[in-house]
Amino acid sequence: MTILLRIIPAGFVVRRPQRMIERHVVAYRRQWLIIVSGFFEPLFILLSVRAGLGDLVGEVSVAGRAVPYEAFVAPALMASSAMNGAVFDSTGNVLHRLKYARIYDAALATPMSPADVAMGEIGWALLRGQMYAVGFLGVMAGLGLVESWWALLALPACLLVGFAFASIGFLATTYMRGFADMDMVNTVVLPLSLFSATVFPVSAYGDLAWLVQVSPLYHGVALVRAANTGVWSASLVAHALVLLVVSLVALLAATRRVDLLLRK
Amino acid sequence: MPFVSVPPVMPPTSDSLIVARGLTKRFGDFTAVDGIDVEVHRGEAFGFLGPNGAGKSSTMRMIGCVSSPSDGSMHVFGLDAATHGAQIRARIGVVPQLDTLDTELSVKENLWLYGRFFDLPRAECRRRATELLEFAQLTDRADSIVDNLSGGMKRRLSIARSLINEPELLLLDEPTTGLDPQARHVLWDRLYRLKQQGVTLVLTTHYMDEAEQLCDRLVVMDQGHIVAEGSPRDLIARYSTREVLELRFAADGNEAAAAQLAGIGDRLELLPDRVLIYADDGETALTETHHRGLSPESALVRRSSLEDVFLQLTGRSLAD
Ligand SMILES: Nc1ncnc2c1ncn2[C@@H]1O[C@H](COP(=O)(O)OP(=O)(O)OP(=O)(O)O)[C@@H](O)[C@H]1O
Ligand SMILES: [Mg+2]
Repeated sequence: MTILLRIIPAGFVVRRPQRMIERHVVAYRRQWLIIVSGFFEPLFILLSVRAGLGDLVGEVSVAGRAVPYEAFVAPALMASSAMNGAVFDSTGNVLHRLKYARIYDAALATPMSPADVAMGEIGWALLRGQMYAVGFLGVMAGLGLVESWWALLALPACLLVGFAFASIGFLATTYMRGFADMDMVNTVVLPLSLFSATVFPVSAYGDLAWLVQVSPLYHGVALVRAANTGVWSASLVAHALVLLVVSLVALLAATRRVDLLLRK
Repeated sequence: MPFVSVPPVMPPTSDSLIVARGLTKRFGDFTAVDGIDVEVHRGEAFGFLGPNGAGKSSTMRMIGCVSSPSDGSMHVFGLDAATHGAQIRARIGVVPQLDTLDTELSVKENLWLYGRFFDLPRAECRRRATELLEFAQLTDRADSIVDNLSGGMKRRLSIARSLINEPELLLLDEPTTGLDPQARHVLWDRLYRLKQQGVTLVLTTHYMDEAEQLCDRLVVMDQGHIVAEGSPRDLIARYSTREVLELRFAADGNEAAAAQLAGIGDRLELLPDRVLIYADDGETALTETHHRGLSPESALVRRSSLEDVFLQLTGRSLAD
């Protein structure tokens, strides 16, 4: 808590982050195809898993129960896609608005605060991510990969994953010098989506299991998977807390960076 | 009774819209604005003049509460800029030196979405946007994407956008740079009308005619300091002579001629392309020039202008 207090910028005031979202809604009215195209990637991934991988791997044990591999991997894909969407929205797009389009400079000349800008951008990434998560869940249900109504809780779980990664992505972007630095994003995101107990259960990592647990995505995958199977345990509270704390710390740090960069 | 040193307190005049004391902006080791005192009154048009890098934009950004002073204090509308930035920004309009328009949006959307940042209701934003399009003569481009506008049109849109919240104070950083002469005159007219409605104007400019036309009072800045302050007329009277004789000599002849012209008038200024002689009576100075056997290619007697004041104070011509 003391760390949180120390990094809260003196002028951390959130009044109208929704204005930033309003701007994006208007701007994307002209580019709705971009929004729609976001639904397809996870759909293709799910279909390919269905078509091939599932037969090869057979069954996997989750919380002591044997489940078909595709039911094991689908929630992980859902969490990964929430992460990818959030990172995508909060890095490249934000860098463009921050350094080239100077949209935040314009906003900060009004009563908007740096916290409004940061929260608005992260909120937008979440909103967009939630749309895709709903689509994803619908496809999963259509393919018979959803086990119970508990699966609806995968939506708030994806919201948490999105919050964490949008905040981290935004924070990282404030340190980028130009689009060349965007390559680093892929360097980080790809291993995360492969090694966060997504395609293998965490037990398969042996002595390196602790490393997996450092990844925020691991905690998100655990939540989405639990929602999908409807098997609950106390450790889920810890997973959710990790994501929440990471999100808030990154959000506050990002706000401070916006303040430093744009109000110098 | 012990001697108590009393800090300099300025009487709180009710019509002071901006009061800055010891205002300082440092970037690392470099001091861009070095402890300036500025006071702008309600309803006046106030100008910052100065060569490139003098610290004009840095000062404007501090007044606009988008940059925090490194030192000193500033009050706008009687509110402390250090603690009431958002409240101050709600009541001012800002035209930054470089446009910050949203190039992905249309002209019209730029206006009304900006109004939303000020929490104006949507219907009100649309109403004002329509008016401002008229004001900026951009009505027929309302649906164009900003990226496709000409530079001058973008500038006009920036100015229109700054008025969306009906500001009491308008900050204009080189508002007419990039505008064609006709658009400049239209803008001067609009600014004059805003002033008549009681809007306080603070502007920077590199155009002397603009400063003389628009500003009731101005300061000349150089290297982060204020080097002179007054009305355009005051400054001319104080820092220049009544008239100026401009002489041009054949290629490379200016410097040699300047040596021979020494002593004529009050003061002489050698510029790359001409020699200026400051004298209360330009014609007499010209006669004397001919007496000394010099035959300039062209000679012009004119009244002193702010440009001369600027030259005298900063050693540079304003157009630099
Ligand atoms: N963000 C910054 N970081 C470092 N130095 C800066 C920054 N902004 C301005 N400066 C420096 O401060 C000085 C004053 O700059 P400023 O933009 O205020 O000048 P100006 O009077 O507006 O000049 P111009 O007429 O060219 O617009 C310049 O030397 C500039 O390089
Ligand atoms: Mg400037």
